[in-house]
Parts: sequence; structure tokens; C-alpha cells
Amino acid sequence: MTDLETLGFTPRKQNWLKKLLGVDTYRIIKGLITNPVSLFGFSLLFIFVLIALGAPLIAPPLNPTTPYLIPRDGYSQIPKPPGSVWKVRPPELPFWWNSIMKTDHWVHIMGTASGQWDIFYGVVWGTRTAFRVGLLITLVVAAIGIIVGVVSAYYGGIVDMILMRIVEIFIAFPFLPAAMTLSAVLTPIIGRGIFAPMVALMVFGWTGFARLLRSDVLSVRQREYVLAAKVIGLPDYRIMFSHVLPNSIYPTLVLASMNIGSYVITFASLSFLGIGAEVGYADWGELLAFARDWMTQLADYWYIVTFPGIALVLFVLAWNLVGDALRDVLDPRMHGR
Amino acid sequence: MVNYIIRRLLLIPLILFGVTLLLFAMLQFLSPVERSALYVREIPRNERALEGIIKKYGLDKPIYVQYWTWMVGVEDPHSHEIRGGILRGDFGYSRTASQPISDLIKRRFPATIELTLWALIPVVTGGVILGVISAINHNNPIDHITRVFGIVGWSMPDFVLGLLLIMLFYAKLKWFPPGRLSDWANQVIMDPQFRNYTSMNTVDALLNLRFDVFLDSLRHLVLPVITLSYLWWALQMRVTRSSMLETLRQDYITTARSKGLPEGTVIKRHALPNALLPVITLGGNMVIGLLGGVVIVEVVYNYKGMGAAFAAAATQLDIITVLAFTLINSLIMVVAYLIIDILYAYIDPRVRLD
Repeated sequence: MTDLETLGFTPRKQNWLKKLLGVDTYRIIKGLITNPVSLFGFSLLFIFVLIALGAPLIAPPLNPTTPYLIPRDGYSQIPKPPGSVWKVRPPELPFWWNSIMKTDHWVHIMGTASGQWDIFYGVVWGTRTAFRVGLLITLVVAAIGIIVGVVSAYYGGIVDMILMRIVEIFIAFPFLPAAMTLSAVLTPIIGRGIFAPMVALMVFGWTGFARLLRSDVLSVRQREYVLAAKVIGLPDYRIMFSHVLPNSIYPTLVLASMNIGSYVITFASLSFLGIGAEVGYADWGELLAFARDWMTQLADYWYIVTFPGIALVLFVLAWNLVGDALRDVLDPRMHGR
Repeated sequence: MVNYIIRRLLLIPLILFGVTLLLFAMLQFLSPVERSALYVREIPRNERALEGIIKKYGLDKPIYVQYWTWMVGVEDPHSHEIRGGILRGDFGYSRTASQPISDLIKRRFPATIELTLWALIPVVTGGVILGVISAINHNNPIDHITRVFGIVGWSMPDFVLGLLLIMLFYAKLKWFPPGRLSDWANQVIMDPQFRNYTSMNTVDALLNLRFDVFLDSLRHLVLPVITLSYLWWALQMRVTRSSMLETLRQDYITTARSKGLPEGTVIKRHALPNALLPVITLGGNMVIGLLGGVVIVEVVYNYKGMGAAFAAAATQLDIITVLAFTLINSLIMVVAYLIIDILYAYIDPRVRLD
């Protein structure tokens, strides 16, 4: 026994995976896959990814050029319960149908909403809409926020002052009403659809990122390696984006994954209120909007609320769980909370 | 402290100026016909009428002149009466509700205030209580249950919860109806005998000693208040919990315990006040949540308040009305941020010295 071992130290064994990935990446991945909560979040997310990718196989579109338009079974205003037969122009049967459903005709698995829009189709293709909306908004918003935050904190002084006052003007608008307003303003110009609400969410969504990144960059700015980079005469943009940013980006990643959920919720709220996606577009909020016609009879027409509602909640839950787990792993101070 | 408040107050005109600029910029997307709703009630019938209005209210003048008239209004050359001017509280006409927007706001505002006031106590206390319970039972089953509630609650959009509650408690069980009042109660408050003090049904009912009306309007408020407050609970609970756990680890808590104080006193007197500091910073989120939540909740429960009017105007693309509501919303936000900042500086001296 060496002296150290008598004192209670055991030499650490490095396993090969740790060597391959590097200590930090190893710790992060290990933290993510050993935590049951985050594992649940990742599996949920994985299922949603599969549904989104396989949407044309799971629910074949009636017209391949407009897959996001939900096919309808006639025009009757009375919703049909799950299990009723599709009478008018059903789409072709998907490959899994015969083995699972044991029938050779198309059935409304989750019923229809008023106007006979097929809920199952909407829920499946709505997954794609949710991913598109959530990821695209988050990408744009994070990019704006990162640029504003880094520039503001790195230059400081008058630049910082002006940029932060602009941020304050934008946060003086409560998020959902502001998004409703801009969406209503933009709709006559760029037309009804998912584009106007998305732009509206982008315009009012970036402030959180800017503020977070600014405070993180401020704490990094005075470190020695930044000074060193300045001393050797690197241009500002190189210092900002290849030295400062990588060292202050982790909290932003966590915020991004947490925010995807909230953007999807806000987008769905806009659709629900009738200023988002057009009627019949495969979007969960839009499907839920059909429930507004049947408030007093929702006990009979429960399927209009239940299926798209569950899809929406699980989707947001998956992102929140992943974000939560990321935060636990990336921020060592949060260990054991 | 006075210094801090003055510095903070000086910023407000700047922010409000920015807010109006942004709204005015959105206004520029509209056609002159739509913008004429700022000053006249009727949609101009023909080209000539429209041209007259454009001339009269300076809708063809340079942008900065138009901004100024938008702020202070225009004097009618014949009747010498001033029209428009958001500084005067004249926001123009809501063509979808066919009345002046200021009247619409006056009529709808009390209902929303009533809803928010009733929601305030559960909103402010609910999450804190859950967070404290969760923290003092750290890693117990109780902690796990509240944590699951926290994360599932945070993932549940308010309109989905609202629809589910309506499905269960109205459509199925018939316990809580939507709207503001039942028909019979509506007739009571329309009666000239029933004096209208505040237009808030619960308050008026009490002042008129009509307890049946009071109970009826409470019954209508239960579901909206739950929907409005629960989303906020989830966030507040998480922040309270982690801040409480942090505080419970401090030395002064150990000191308090070791000098023999009962655990309840330690938590109430020593831990909670310190743990609540980060919760106050959430105040801004709370106001944002309430202003947004009110829109959704009023639409879901068919509750005739500001939020419902706002949503109706937005759906029908009545943008003049929408912008007026947004302006009021952001006024509320600015005041709320001011109060929260001052409160925070008052509690935590480090802030005001910064």
C-alpha cells in the first residue's frame, strides 16, 4: 500500500469512454442517461421525432402537395366520435392499418371535429408543425438574443445602455398579447397562416436570451484568456464569438430547450384564439379551437379536447424535462436539487 | 433609496416613448381607411369621403406630424372639438364593437379587475406554500409529488386546462357555469333597484346586500381563478423550493435550530423571509402571466372582460382596438416593473447601491 492509499485515497480509474469523450462531455452524457426523469423526457421526445418523421407513413396525406391540410369527411358541423367509419373520400390506408385495426376501411381513430376534420390526422401532422414552429422560432430568437447580448456585454458603455433600453421597451409588452397584436397586424400583409404568428413570436421572444447572455458574458469578459486574446491583437468579433461566447453559452442552451415548449404553447394559444394557423391546418392549437364551438357539450365531444390536448402537453413536457435535466448536468451548483 | 427611485423614475418616459414608437410603427402597416378609425366612427363610403378624412386628420402629413397628432389629437376646424389623441385617453373607434374604444374599455375593465383581484391571493400565496412544503420535505414522497405537479403544471397550457375543467365541472358535473352571472342574477343587477357602485359583481352584490347574487358570481369565478393562478404556481413553486433549500443550508439556520427554536419558527421567521427574495423577482413574470392569462381565461370561460374584447378584436383584425389594448397592457407592465424594482431595492440593499 502506498502512503496515499493508507490515507483513504484510491487512484481513480479512467474508463475508455471517458478518455474518448473527454471528462466534461462524459459527465454530461452520463448525467443525462442515468437520471430517470431526463430519460423519460428524451424517450418522449424521441417518440415525437419518430411521429414527425414518419407522418406520411402513419397518416398518408390525401393530396401530397398540401400535406398540412387535414382531410375532411364531408362538411357536417356535428363531430363524430372515435371509431366512426370514414365515408367521403378517405385517404389511402397506411401500411400498419390491417395488422392493427383489423378492418379494411378507414376509421376516424380519434373522431372528427366540427366540419369533419379528422383529428387523428391533425394530431400526427401537428407534431411536424410543433417541431417546425418550436425549433425555427427558437433558432431565430436565440440568434438575435445571442448577438444583442454578446455585443452589449462585450462593448459595455453607451452600446450596452442603448441596447438594454431597447430590451426594456420590448419587455414592456406582455408576451402573449403582444404576439397577438403583431400577428393581427401582419396577417393582412403576409396572409393568414402560420407565418404571421411565428414572426410575431420572434419579434417579442428574444429579450430573455439577450439578458441571460449579457449577464453571462459580463462574468466571462474579465477573465485572463480574454485579456490574452486582446493582447495578441485578435479582432473583436473573433474574441466575442470564439472565446467569450463558447464559455458562456451553456445557460443559453438550457433556456432554449425550456423555451421551445413555451413558444409552442404560445403559438397554439394564438391558433386557439383564431389568429394563428388557418382553419383545417394540422396544428394542435387549431384543433383545440374547434372545442370552442361545443363548450356546453364537451362531455359528449371530449375527443376534440383530449387528443390534441394530450399531444400538446406531452410535447411541452418532453422539452421541459430535457431542459431541466440539461440544467442539472450543466450547472454543477444545481447538483442534488 | 430616494436616489434609486429617482433614477428608476427617469427611465419611465424613455421606455413609454419607445413603446408608443413601436405601436406607431405597427400602425403604419395599416391602410388609411383602417387608420381613419382613430378619428371617425364610420368607414368612409367613397373615395371623396376618404380623401376628406385624410386631409382633415393629416393622414398624409410627414410621419413625425402624424405621430404628434396621434398623441394629442386633431381639432375639428368647424366644431372646434378635439378628436383622437391617445394622451387624452381617446383611442378612436372600435368598428367591430361599434363604439368608442375608451367606452369599451370602461365597460369591460371592472370585470377583468374583479377576476384579477380574486386571483391575486391564490396567485401570490399558492406557489410559495407548495414550494415551502416541498422544500421542508426534501426528497420525501410529498416533495416528489409537488415536483411532478410543478413540471407537469408548467407544461400544461392554460387553455387546455381551461377546456378540461369546463369538460369536467361544467359539461359533466354542472357545478361551475361559464360566463359572469346566471340569467336570473343578471336580471337582478339590471334592475334599477340594484345600485351599481363599481361594476364588479361580487362587490356590488355585497354592497346591495344581495348574498345570493354574490354567491352566484363567486360560482362563476371559481374555474377562471384556478386556471389563472395554477400556471403561475408551478413556476413560483420551483423557485421557492430551490431558494428555500439553499436558505435552509445556511449557518444562521443551524444557529437558530441549535439554540432550540421550534422548527416552525425557524422556517417562518428565519428561512422564509430570506428565501422569498428570488420569488419577488418573479413579480414581472406574474404580471406578464396575468395579462396574457386573462385573455385566454376570459375567452375559454366566456367571461366578458377586457381580455375577451381584446381577443375578439384581434380575431377580426380590428387593429386600432388591438393597439389601444396593447398600449394599456404595456402601461400596466411598466408600472408593475417599477413597483417590483422598488420593492426589491427596499428589501435587498445590494440592489440600490449598484
